[in-house]
Parts: sequence; structure tokens; C-alpha cells
Amino acid sequence: MKTGVNTEIALTHILTRKRQTIVAALGVTIGIAIYITMNTLIIGTNRYSDNAIFKTTPHVRIYKEDEISKPLEKDSAKIKSTVIINPKISNISKNLINPVKLLDEIKRQPEVTSAAEMVNANVFYNNGKSQLNGVGWGINIVEANAMFDIQSTMVAGDLRTLLNTPNGIIIGVGIADKLSLKMNDNISVISSIGVIKLLKVVGLFKTSNLATDKGKSYMNLATAQQLLGQGPSYVTDIYVNIKDPEQAPAYGKVLSKLTGYSFEDWKAANELFVAGKKIRAIMFTVISWAILLVAAFGIYNIVNMTISQKMNDIAILKATGFSGGDVVKIFVMEAMVMGIIGTILGFLMAALLTNLLSHIYIGADIGYFPIQFELPVSLTGVGVGILVTFGAGFIPARKAAKVDPVAIFRK
Amino acid sequence: MEKKVVLKTKAIGKYFYDPLKFKVLDNISFEAYQGEFLTLVGKSGSGKSTLLYILSTMDTEYEGELFIDDALITGQKVNKLAAIRNKNIGFVFQFHYLLPEFSCLKNIMIPALKLGKYSHEEVEQQAYEKLDMLGIKDQALKPASKLSGGQQQRVSIARALINSPKIIMCDEPTGNLDSKNTKIVFDTFQQIAHEFGQTIIAVTHDIDFAKASDRTIELADGKIVG
Ligand SMILES: Nc1ncnc2c1ncn2[C@@H]1O[C@H](COP(=O)(O)OP(=O)(O)OP(=O)(O)O)[C@@H](O)[C@H]1O
Ligand SMILES: [Mg+2]
Repeated sequence: MKTGVNTEIALTHILTRKRQTIVAALGVTIGIAIYITMNTLIIGTNRYSDNAIFKTTPHVRIYKEDEISKPLEKDSAKIKSTVIINPKISNISKNLINPVKLLDEIKRQPEVTSAAEMVNANVFYNNGKSQLNGVGWGINIVEANAMFDIQSTMVAGDLRTLLNTPNGIIIGVGIADKLSLKMNDNISVISSIGVIKLLKVVGLFKTSNLATDKGKSYMNLATAQQLLGQGPSYVTDIYVNIKDPEQAPAYGKVLSKLTGYSFEDWKAANELFVAGKKIRAIMFTVISWAILLVAAFGIYNIVNMTISQKMNDIAILKATGFSGGDVVKIFVMEAMVMGIIGTILGFLMAALLTNLLSHIYIGADIGYFPIQFELPVSLTGVGVGILVTFGAGFIPARKAAKVDPVAIFRK
Repeated sequence: MEKKVVLKTKAIGKYFYDPLKFKVLDNISFEAYQGEFLTLVGKSGSGKSTLLYILSTMDTEYEGELFIDDALITGQKVNKLAAIRNKNIGFVFQFHYLLPEFSCLKNIMIPALKLGKYSHEEVEQQAYEKLDMLGIKDQALKPASKLSGGQQQRVSIARALINSPKIIMCDEPTGNLDSKNTKIVFDTFQQIAHEFGQTIIAVTHDIDFAKASDRTIELADGKIVG
């Protein structure tokens, strides 16, 4: 039966100042809408740019680290003199030992979604007098496709043709342009150690990166091995994709321990990109919180103003038996009504904004603006909105609860 | 006939420290009885209001003891005191302190809704009865701010009566009223005390008002002098 009177007072206060209530609620609406939209934007763009990275970088790369020659004599406390040495890379071969067995073992790991052996060869592409340098990826094209979705970048030819064509090559459109090559033309490829091979263009690809299109090619593993003057057991890297790319740095360690070789995760390989992502996240978070705080301040302000105008009312309520807790409830409720209305509208506005943005065509291989409705972030936004307005109401309400009625009546 | 004590003070004293320490109330001991119309008089600054606020349970910084209905009030927690006021004490001040956004009727109903003893409909019914008794039933649905001073004071008396408190405390209830309205208020208090058996403790400067009451306590420099 006690429900009601506090609510009734709070609602009456709100209804008698509709305009201010609406303004404060709209402040929250904008704050929440921007908060949700910004965070949705971060998720969307991160997802897009992560995907772009995963088109060329595996989650984890297993390779053999260069070894640096060690001093002949160890430093120790007893020997004061240090043997001067000249540190050099001491291992000649980057070959992983028994790659087939390694690959097998890696593929058996439950976390691993795909893995491929890989030989990189620095090469010159020649056609007549024109020459272009670049990198040839010697890799099983089907496994590579599973990892990098190469198929989506193909503009001519078919990936599978490479499997059946031992001397086939798939080149970027940039190379084809510069060397005026068409499908099924021959291209001569020279490696850094001088091995020359005549290969047949069986496919063309086009990515969003000009430099890649001008230098990269895919060839069979054996072709790359031959270009480097090596036999069929020569493999320099194993590329691994796992279920959760965020876990790559940690899981890389596991793989490294398993294989005994070094690893590089995609984050380490793209430090600049990861740093940029962090900066973006911090920037957006700061902006969205700043706007949210302004909105909260709007609510704080109106509740605070109501309280200072209603000192007499608070005094008589306390005199007639309302406790400090009742007074807090009344004013927090006023803040919450504004906050909840504002938050709901903000949620809807964010959904609308997201929808509008997702219909903006950007072009290139991005297509439409990479944004979509993200439920968890939206719900977090609603939670944050309600929490913040609670705080914005509670702070002045606590002050109201402490009003000493005697001090008011004496005036 | 044995008179029932509803309020009792034992050696109440109080100091103010600002700007200088001085004793504003000294050794105040008295009793107020059921159905008594009691007035508090004294020169300006003698401590009448200060004493009334202590009796009202709103001021808790004093020495000595206060009993209402034989229960010790001194030292109770603030929430308990709020509940005691809600149930047992009605207030009328020199100013009406009505909530301006609410109708007269709602203003009267609020303490009863807080008490939560009766349903909304019952409370409304009782509020109409009080308004009728004070002769302003026709003003019930007007906002409190649209009434004359005398009408507003009567609404505030109705609010003080709504929970049928044992004691009604007033600080210069007629201080702002003309003689006609003063008479209405006085007659109402008389009726409340003598017909309904509620106790009135009223601070006043009006000598005639005091003389016509059942008993008068006079304060001078924080002491009871008569
Ligand atoms: N908050 C306070 N701090 C310090 N001194 C105060 C305070 N309130 C009142 N006083 C002083 O205490 C004394 C008693 O004040 P009180 O209001 O009780 O007098 P009163 O008898 O009600 O006077 P009046 O008839 O003018 O209303 C006065 O001297 C007053 O100046
Ligand atoms: Mg006074």
C-alpha cells in the first residue's frame, strides 16, 4: 500500500516541468545513441580490417629463428676478460625439419582450423625487357584458400587449375598490367639465386592493395622449392589459423612449444595496425563517454535545480513523516524516468543510425559501410545509460535527504 | 478525573554555538495532557520555536529527555522519528508549506498515503471530511497556490489533522492571518482539543489567543517562568 506516494510526487514534479524533462531526456538519447553507434562502429570497422589482414596474414606463423653465434667463452665472475666475438647469423638453412610430420601434428590440435606448409621465394618476373620484383608464395593453393579466401579476389582463371598445372602461376593484376600478360601467357621467373623458370599464368587476382597486386604470386610448393634450389622437403614456414584469432599470441606459444620452432602471431606481425586499432578504440571510448557525461550532467542539473527550488517541500515532507530514504527515492525516480525514456529513445536512434550507415556504399572491396546492429554493445549502452542516470539522480538526491527541516522552517 | 499525559519533557536544555556558545533552553520540564489546548508564549528570542522543534522530534541535539505517550523519544533513530511524526504529530506553521504542484486535496492526503493505513479512496474521503470541517470543501481540487492566505492555512491545518495525530504542534499559526481567519483557526483548535481529544501545543504572540486557551506556558530566556 505504501507504493505510490513517492512515485506520485516524483511524477507530479516531472509533469509540471515537461519541457525541462524532455530536454534532459533528449540529452540522454543523444548520449546513448552516440555511445552505442560509436561502439558498433568500432566493432564493425575492426571486424572489417581484421578480415583484411587475415587475407594475407595467418593467425600464427611457425618458422625457424635465425641463430646468432655465441661467445666462445662464457662470461663469469671469475674471468674478468671478455672474449671479443663478432655475432653473426650462424644457421645456414631456414628449413623446418620433417615438415610433413609437423604439419600433421599441428592439424591435429583441436584449436587449429587450418594449416599449410609454405615457401617464400623472392623473385623477378620477366616478360621481354620488362622486369618486376616481388614474392612468390609456394603453397598448396587449396589450403591457402581455406585460410585467406583467395577465391574472393580472383578475377580470372580458377584456383584448382594451379593444382593440375605443375608450372602454373597465379599473379596479381598489377604484374599482368605492367608486363602486359594475359591468361595462359608464359612468364619467366628468376629467383635470388639465379634459377630461371618459365611459368604459365593460370589465374589473376586483385586485392584492395596495389603493392600486393604488383608483386605477389601464388605457385605450387615444388615450384618455389626449385626456384630456391631446394628439394621437396624444404619448407620455411607453417601457417596456422585458429578458432579465436584474439588468442593467437597465447596459442602461438603452445604451438611453439609443440614444434620446437619460433612463432609469430598476427598481432606481432602487424604491430602498427594493432596500435592503430587501440588508439581508435581509446579515442572513440573517450568521445562517447564525454558525450554521455554531458548527458548525465543535464540530468544532474535538472534534479539539482528541482531540489534547490523545493527545499520547503522537502522540509514539510520530512516533517510529516517522510524519511531520508523516501526523499532519495523521489528524486532518483525523477532522474530514472528521464534516463529510461532517454535511453530507450537512444537505443532506437542508434539502431536507426546503424541501419542508415550500413546502407552507405563505400566502394572498392569494402562495399557497404562495414557496420551492423550489435546486440551486446547495444544492451551495454542501455545498461550504461540507466547506471549513469541513476548516479546523476542519486548524487543530488542524497543531498536532499540530508536537508534539515528545522533549518528551513527557521528561515 | 485523572488526566492522561501525552507529552512530557524532563530537564530539557539546549545550547547554540554559533556565533557564541549560549544556553537557549534551560531545564525545561512540563507535561501536556490529552485533549488540552496549550499555548507557549514569551518574548521574541526567548526560545519558543527552539523548544517546539525539539518537541516535534525534528531537532535531536539537546540534553534531557522527551517522552511522547510514555515512550522515550530521545535517542531514537531518524527513520523511527520520521515514522513517529507521521503517525503522532501534525504541524501548522506560520507559513502554510503546501506543495504548489498539488491540489489542496492531494496536499492533505500525502501524509496519510505515506502512513499507508487506509486505501487511496478512504484517504480521499477523510481528506474531504477535514476540508468540510474547515469550510473549504469547495476548494478541494484547486492547486494550493491559487487560494487565499486564510484558506491556505486552513488546508495546512487539514493536512495536520489527516492522520488523527495525538498532538498538533503550531508555530504562530495565526501570525499571518486577519482577525476573522484567526477566529476560525482558534475555534477549530478548540474543537479539535475538546471534541476529538487531541492535544494542541501552539506557540503564539497573540495574547488573546493565549488567554482563551486551556493553559499557557511562558518562557523567558530559555526558562519556564509561568
Ligand atoms: N540556528 C541558530 N543558531 C544560533 N542561534 C540561534 C539559532 N536559531 C535561533 N537562535 C537563537 O536562539 C534564540 C531563541 O530563538 P527562537 O527562534 O527559539 O526564539 P523564539 O522565541 O521563537 O522567537 P520569536 O518569537 O521571534 O519567533 C534567539 O536568541 C535566536 O537568536
Ligand atoms: Mg519563533
